[in-house]
Amino acid sequence: MGAATSCHSVASAPDPALGATYRTVAVVGPPNSGKTTLFNRLTRLRQKVGNFPGVTVEHHTGYIRDADGQEVALIDLPGVYSLTPKSEDEKVAVDVLTGQMPGMPRPDAVIVVLNSTNLHSHLVLAARVIALGIPTLVLLNMADELRKQGGHVDVLSLARQLGTPVALVSATTGEGIVAVQNFLSAAATSPDPVELPVVGSTRGYREWAVRVGENAGYRRPATPVWTQRLDAIFLHRIWGPVVFAVVVIGVFQTIFAVGQPLSNLLQRFLDVTGAQLGARLPQGIFNSLVINGVWKGTGSVLVFLPQILLLFLVIGILEDSGYLSRAAVIADRTMSRAGLNGKSFIPLLSAYACAVPAIMATRTIESRRDRIATILVAPFMTCSARLPVYTMVIAAFLPNRPLLGFFLGTRAVAMLGLYVLGFLMAVLTARLLKSTILRSRESPFILEMPPYRWPTLSSLGLRLVDRGKAFLYRAGTVIMLVTLLLWAATNFPMHNGKPPEVQNSVVAKLGHAIEPVIRPLGFDWKIGVGLVTSIAAREVIISTLGTLHGVDPESHATDLQAAMRRELTPAAAVALLVFFAFAMQCMSTIAVVRRETNGWKWPALQFGYMTIVAYVSAFATYHIAGHFFR
Amino acid sequence: MIFNFIFGRPKKERSRRGSALADLRLGERAILAGMELSTPIAEHLMNLGFIPGLEVTVARSGPGGDPRVYRVEGTEVAMRRELSRHIQVELLGAPAFGD
Repeated sequence: MGAATSCHSVASAPDPALGATYRTVAVVGPPNSGKTTLFNRLTRLRQKVGNFPGVTVEHHTGYIRDADGQEVALIDLPGVYSLTPKSEDEKVAVDVLTGQMPGMPRPDAVIVVLNSTNLHSHLVLAARVIALGIPTLVLLNMADELRKQGGHVDVLSLARQLGTPVALVSATTGEGIVAVQNFLSAAATSPDPVELPVVGSTRGYREWAVRVGENAGYRRPATPVWTQRLDAIFLHRIWGPVVFAVVVIGVFQTIFAVGQPLSNLLQRFLDVTGAQLGARLPQGIFNSLVINGVWKGTGSVLVFLPQILLLFLVIGILEDSGYLSRAAVIADRTMSRAGLNGKSFIPLLSAYACAVPAIMATRTIESRRDRIATILVAPFMTCSARLPVYTMVIAAFLPNRPLLGFFLGTRAVAMLGLYVLGFLMAVLTARLLKSTILRSRESPFILEMPPYRWPTLSSLGLRLVDRGKAFLYRAGTVIMLVTLLLWAATNFPMHNGKPPEVQNSVVAKLGHAIEPVIRPLGFDWKIGVGLVTSIAAREVIISTLGTLHGVDPESHATDLQAAMRRELTPAAAVALLVFFAFAMQCMSTIAVVRRETNGWKWPALQFGYMTIVAYVSAFATYHIAGHFFR
Repeated sequence: MIFNFIFGRPKKERSRRGSALADLRLGERAILAGMELSTPIAEHLMNLGFIPGLEVTVARSGPGGDPRVYRVEGTEVAMRRELSRHIQVELLGAPAFGD
């Protein structure tokens, strides 16, 4: 029973005889138990969030110092309900816990994070983890909610029954978190369970959990009043879909009404600093490289940072507040008509931010055919990299007029239309796939409704920092590289040490070579070059056009939007938008699809299909729209 | 098929005992009796708290009545009718008020 005494916030002193401290500690728990909030709180100052490049690994590692100042690696595992791996993400958790994950040592200890407001279901997982025989700390999270809603549990009694230290904590407020540090610096003690179900069905486990809970005087809290009140509206037969529509429209309007002015401000800042920098550097080839190549090229992509951060902020709020699960219920009917698993909804919704995490999120889908179908349609959802392209083209061609007061402008409607277009093509493709090569029995839609919570600033902030870094990293690497190559292609071959006229440069020759292919879509060679470079990443077309026009003597002093207006007919502009809505212009997505499907077959098929769809649709759009804009 | 299409489907008798979760109306309560589902799906539902013997309430309904949200011991889970049709319940009586 030695372990039980250390359950309290004040841990027993480390026993030097047993001395071994933990190096690697896994954090495991059911989905929505506040694992990641805890993880972020613990590792806040020394955050090292990043995806492991392994085959199926998707977990985060962070570092924390224990009470003695020793460094401990914390592994944040995907949320699991049980340890019988049904889906890919559960398999990751089980493999890490049992030491079967390649390149990852078996954890020295486990922290099980449970939701204290739903102990009966969650104790079952604790029992299964404890049965692994690794030193375990059980954290009953959301202590503040438990108390507020009139729940109760005797931590000491629970610790006695489980044979492991137990602490009541709140990852949101930080209450009781010190128990983790104490646990980490305490001596290694394997769990010594008094009474654990040795073998048993889920039902047997559950009966055990109820008994343990009763012995510990567990009183389940009442369902939060606010969750009830909000769901009475958000899941109302009539108001539910209305709220859903308002939320979706609100998201896009926010990105435009708030994001656009911020982007403009950033653009002005970059213009002014670029001009100052240009004046200080000596004139010549180097000046041109820095200003026209690097500064203008990457700068034209960088200005979209505010909008991308806003998008992630809004999606983060929806996710953390718990509304996203309700939205899934509202949207499920549409999803089932597309023949898609209801579970595909959340990956597809996150594909609105970026297809890469979305494709990784499909690991929660048990059926392989459904999973492949979801992976194949995910890139049709309008990801944040399309946003710069859409914004620039729409802003260039469509004057913003209010349609419904401040709430809805013409540009937001155009944007919304493009989002709908991508979604419709995803549905169409899903239907096509599910009725041909990926036919399967529908797998069930089972989704837990978490109580509503206020999103915490730290959780939102960390996500924004993470996404912002990823975007800047891309701007600094892929986009910079493409920009430099492009600059070189526009400045060579030189004549007497001077760069050529743009129409005599290498890039113009390349552009003119592909022009016959894209001419039927109404695009000129500059757009053509942009289409090629944007295979690296969609937003690269902006920096490409920025570089091409930066060196173009005619449009030298004008901004990109004016240049676009001169270059494209309105019909061709619409065709360009349609092309971008459907084409798979993203190396990262191709790479992640290859990784997740273990081969080139699916990404090749997907790239071919999407390119053909994009080309044919853009062609049709150009010719049909041409009749309207005459 | 065609007969049903033209004359309408024969009305299903809603037996008061041993009906399916899908047959419950919004707000009605019942006791979970059993599931006719494949093991992984049944396991998953039980992990979420859908244990035979516990009380279940039809808490919310999505647009068009499908999917619906069911509450067991404070846990709310959404599922489609195609699934709740295979979960047997014993009815408890009057709809719960104030929930």
